Amino acid sequence: MSNQTRRPALGNLLRRPETGSLLGLVTVFVFFAVFGGADFASATGAASWLNVAASLGIVALPIGLLMIAGELDISIGSMIPAGSMAVAIVSGHFHAPILVGIGTALAIGAVVGFINGVLVVRTAVPSFIVTLGTLFAVAGLVLGLSVILTGTTSVGIKAGPEAKWLLGHFIGGTFQVTIFWWIAAALLFGFVLHYSHYGNWILAMGGDKVSARNAGIPTERVTILLFMCSGVSAAFVGLSQAILYNSAQVSAGQSYIFNAIISVVVGGVLLTGGYGSVVGIVLGTITFAIVNQGIYYTGFDANWASLIIGILLLLAVLMNNTFRKLALAYSPARGKSRT
Amino acid sequence: MTAPLLKLTNINKSFGPIDVLIDISLEVNAGEVLCLLGDNGAGKSTLIKILSGVHKATSGTVGMRGKIVDFNSPRDAGDHGIATVHQFGGTFPLMSIGRSFFVGEEPKKGWGPFKILDRKRANDIAVKAVRELGITRIDDGDRLVGGLSGGERQALAIARAVHFGASVLILDEPTAALGVKEAAHVLRIVLQARQRGIAVIFITHNVIHALTVGDHFAVLIKGAKAADFRKGERTREEITDLMAGGEHMAELEAEIAAYMASHDGHPPPVAE
Repeated sequence: MSNQTRRPALGNLLRRPETGSLLGLVTVFVFFAVFGGADFASATGAASWLNVAASLGIVALPIGLLMIAGELDISIGSMIPAGSMAVAIVSGHFHAPILVGIGTALAIGAVVGFINGVLVVRTAVPSFIVTLGTLFAVAGLVLGLSVILTGTTSVGIKAGPEAKWLLGHFIGGTFQVTIFWWIAAALLFGFVLHYSHYGNWILAMGGDKVSARNAGIPTERVTILLFMCSGVSAAFVGLSQAILYNSAQVSAGQSYIFNAIISVVVGGVLLTGGYGSVVGIVLGTITFAIVNQGIYYTGFDANWASLIIGILLLLAVLMNNTFRKLALAYSPARGKSRT
Repeated sequence: MTAPLLKLTNINKSFGPIDVLIDISLEVNAGEVLCLLGDNGAGKSTLIKILSGVHKATSGTVGMRGKIVDFNSPRDAGDHGIATVHQFGGTFPLMSIGRSFFVGEEPKKGWGPFKILDRKRANDIAVKAVRELGITRIDDGDRLVGGLSGGERQALAIARAVHFGASVLILDEPTAALGVKEAAHVLRIVLQARQRGIAVIFITHNVIHALTVGDHFAVLIKGAKAADFRKGERTREEITDLMAGGEHMAELEAEIAAYMASHDGHPPPVAE
């Protein structure tokens, strides 16, 4: 069995959920490098899409894991403004220490995630519907509470230098520090999904929830934890944006819902669950960010960006389907080169 | 003789007003194959669900090795050594062989919170276990389960059950979706499991498959046990008759007999 370690490279490549998204990323990058010219390839060009990718990536990662586990969370669309408003109201409006503000924002994320998780697990209502409900509920709550507490829908916040350095400054004037948080999150989620046994649980839950439960996996606990993860991550993105831009608005973040889902799907995660990778989610996020920002470096009208994203999404899904079929069909040539 | 490995005593199960199982008593011994035969809707799957902890019996007891057991969940039944393999075997088509083999029981290495899934060991054990059952085509634990043939998936699921120490293996229509050659392979695996001292409950409506591997047969008709016999006590025709609505046939015969008795021994006229 010693030859087990020497696998044909093709099989391993095909079996990876991110193979399709890697091709997509390369295509998109080459496209914009050609049409965007030197500015796109420069450091500021890279910063423009990396900054977009970082905030989006931090929410796309837990959304991706949820999707691999067969669930969906669209309440992030109002969890991001909830996170910014929480930190701005607590630390900006009421002048509480920034740690209290950050703690409040993350705690709200955890609570909303917990509610999402418990509702999905207990009621067996599809998570799309449950989180659609909390999306609106949280948006209304944030708007109502902001007006009651501060009398406005936009609150300023002046964070101290430590908080600024950690969460909201531009490295070298161009790269958001959020990029490092994104890298850290990707490493953490990558470890959980691909190296820890919890990853196996998540994949199994997405594959067949009933069998997973019968095999002894605490599916309810894992589902609730995953929803809490996405709530906390969305709140984190919200609070770091508030600290970065020194202010928070009630209505910012709805675009994240679909952008995160697009990134995850382009990254090779199967919408119905059971298949996907963290590398794929990261590549999908970068692809999305490059299309989103790259258009400004080309001579094209920026209005075309949505068209490209739409076509890209369809192509990505088709390509990922093809690769998945190849992965299923692939087995090393039998009876040859075996000793 | 010692107490049977698994013993059902007067099991009844009703869903509301509908009686699905009526007074079922069965015994299975270690190293024996019990074939559970019956038409669709005869109550076979309800009986399996009671054995695998999905449903609870309305009345009656399940005993293992002479002791009464009470299954509250599939996990509970699994802890008692009862493993169920369904028709399509591998249920996680997009997981690798090694990963799906160990779902819920992952081998780990490392320490503390940094324990990682031991993929290589998982793959090696899974591949070895399947090869031991004669599926030598499988040699790569990273292959996806969905890429295996139906028979290979059955073998993988059976290998998994055997590996985790199942003493009772319930196979739900394992050959129904397979071609002749693959079915023969699965039947051979059933015999191997039996040889290892596992009690196998083999659910099927294919009489030929049942007769090939069975030591003991039970036929369910409309939720009741219609027949219970050992190998060699009935012919294939008798069993087929029994399954193909033997009951309806008996009714028909009784009607004809009644007609003849009341018509001076003439059989009923046949419509031309």
